[in-house]
Amino acid sequence: MYDRAMPISRDQVVHVGRLARLGLTDAEIDRLTLQLSDILDHFEALAAVDTDGIEPTAHPLPLHNVMRTDSVAPSLARDDALSNAPEVEDGLIRVRAVLE
Amino acid sequence: MSELWELTAHEAQDGLRAKEFSAVELTESVLARVDAVEDRVNAYITRTDEVAREQAREADARFAAGTATPLTGIPFAVKDLIVTKGVRTTAGSHMLGDFVPPYDSHVYEQLKRAGAVMIGKANMDEFAMGSSTEHSAYGATRNPWDTDRVPGGSSGGSAAAVAAGECIASLGSDTGGSIRQPAALCGVVGLDPTYGRVSRFGIIAFGSSLDQVGPIGRDVEDVATILDGIGSHDPRDSTSDPAPRPDMRHYLGRDVAGKKIGVPREYFIEGMEDGVRTRIDEALRRLESLGCEIDTDLSLPMTEHALAVYYLIAPSEASSNLARYDGVKYGLSERGGSMWENMEQTREQGFGDEVKRRIMLGVYALSAGYYDQFYLKAQKVRTLITNEFREAFTRYDALVTPTTPGVAFPVGDKLDDPYAMYLNDIYTLPSAVAGLPALSLPCGLSEGLPVGLQIIGDVGAEGTILQIGHAFEGALDEANRLAPL
Repeated sequence: MYDRAMPISRDQVVHVGRLARLGLTDAEIDRLTLQLSDILDHFEALAAVDTDGIEPTAHPLPLHNVMRTDSVAPSLARDDALSNAPEVEDGLIRVRAVLE
Repeated sequence: MSELWELTAHEAQDGLRAKEFSAVELTESVLARVDAVEDRVNAYITRTDEVAREQAREADARFAAGTATPLTGIPFAVKDLIVTKGVRTTAGSHMLGDFVPPYDSHVYEQLKRAGAVMIGKANMDEFAMGSSTEHSAYGATRNPWDTDRVPGGSSGGSAAAVAAGECIASLGSDTGGSIRQPAALCGVVGLDPTYGRVSRFGIIAFGSSLDQVGPIGRDVEDVATILDGIGSHDPRDSTSDPAPRPDMRHYLGRDVAGKKIGVPREYFIEGMEDGVRTRIDEALRRLESLGCEIDTDLSLPMTEHALAVYYLIAPSEASSNLARYDGVKYGLSERGGSMWENMEQTREQGFGDEVKRRIMLGVYALSAGYYDQFYLKAQKVRTLITNEFREAFTRYDALVTPTTPGVAFPVGDKLDDPYAMYLNDIYTLPSAVAGLPALSLPCGLSEGLPVGLQIIGDVGAEGTILQIGHAFEGALDEANRLAPL
């Protein structure tokens, strides 16, 4: 499908998939290697844009450090906050052991 | 007028106030229309008939009590990433198939406060990632103009429902074109407000520096009215702009003579359909006949980079936002293995292909060794795109372009080629990246399918683009307001 080196290798896809905890199958890894390479190929022109001295935009609004007064207000009741949790015990979310 | 579901929101409002019909009758008309066409359109993930009937009764009580607002009794479709207390909200994903939010989003709270009626939760591409509504875990939405074609996306359900008469108006969300592109493909009006104009509180996040909720309706007046209804400042969203909001309807009907309109040549590219070009050329002449000064000698050379900038920044933000779906606190939760195994199983089962693809792209662009080359570079070019628009708006009141390069495409056509799908957003991405307001409205048909005209405004200039859109629309006949379904 490609004449030249892929912008992203299969090993990189495996690595990124692990970082993202996506549990990718071998077939997905193969497909993503091709598709991500194709997409990144199209983004190559970006590298040629002169951005010397240009500040990055993280956000389109000139709003910084929006503060509110430190006042007590009602919040979600505990039972409501836990209403979608897969496993609850004594008002807490039960999780698998992190250390085994 | 033959059926109540065919009305615009302002026509319906007139009828409700004049007691020609009740909100309950209006809602029943829309629900019957949903019964009649929904199996062909699939605009809704969840129908909320009983919520709608209850809200319609409350609306009638408000008309009786004299406390009705311009949105009271108006049947809405609400995109399914807008959380609604007690009503399942899926974001089009298996991951949230059983998620029943314990709170309301700001915009739904505003709709309820205004006395609007919710018909159902509208179908969408999973987590708003897509341009065809084919990436929904609940089946694709079909275009009411031709059910073998896509309605656009990601707010495809919201746009198709308006075009098909399955609601009077709707709410969608726009990250890179997700309101405007489906509005264009379904022949309805859609507005992506200035970033910060509408609160994102209770909106399931995709790209946080880009996401914005906005209205879809059958005409410009409806869209202006809805923005007035949902657009109040909200301290629960730290990016909600605290600036005062002018009344949008105040701009409608004002003369547009002398308005300076720029037409950037980078939007008239190879790959644009001839039929679209013809309709856009006519639209420009029509604007000229209204007294607008059209300048086609405008170049915005950064336009060509918007697609790469968007498809690096939005997936990067998405990869971070979607890290919360780990099977621990809510949503799908695969059990049985170790913590890490369960997390991977949950995400493998819960996310569809396009969502996985975007997460991968984002994690890659943010990962060590590639951050500067991709993510940071994209952020810097984002600055250049924004500066270019800013400079243009020192000379123009608005910019006019097509909304999409082509009319609605056949179902399945672009599913196997992600980049071809991304190209559908090529005209809607630049203003999204810059956080600017943009309106899409119908400007005629090509091959029997709607063509969208896009009007881009400066920061906070929703009033100006609605004013121009309203004048333009007034110059068109209303024969094609609803899809011939």
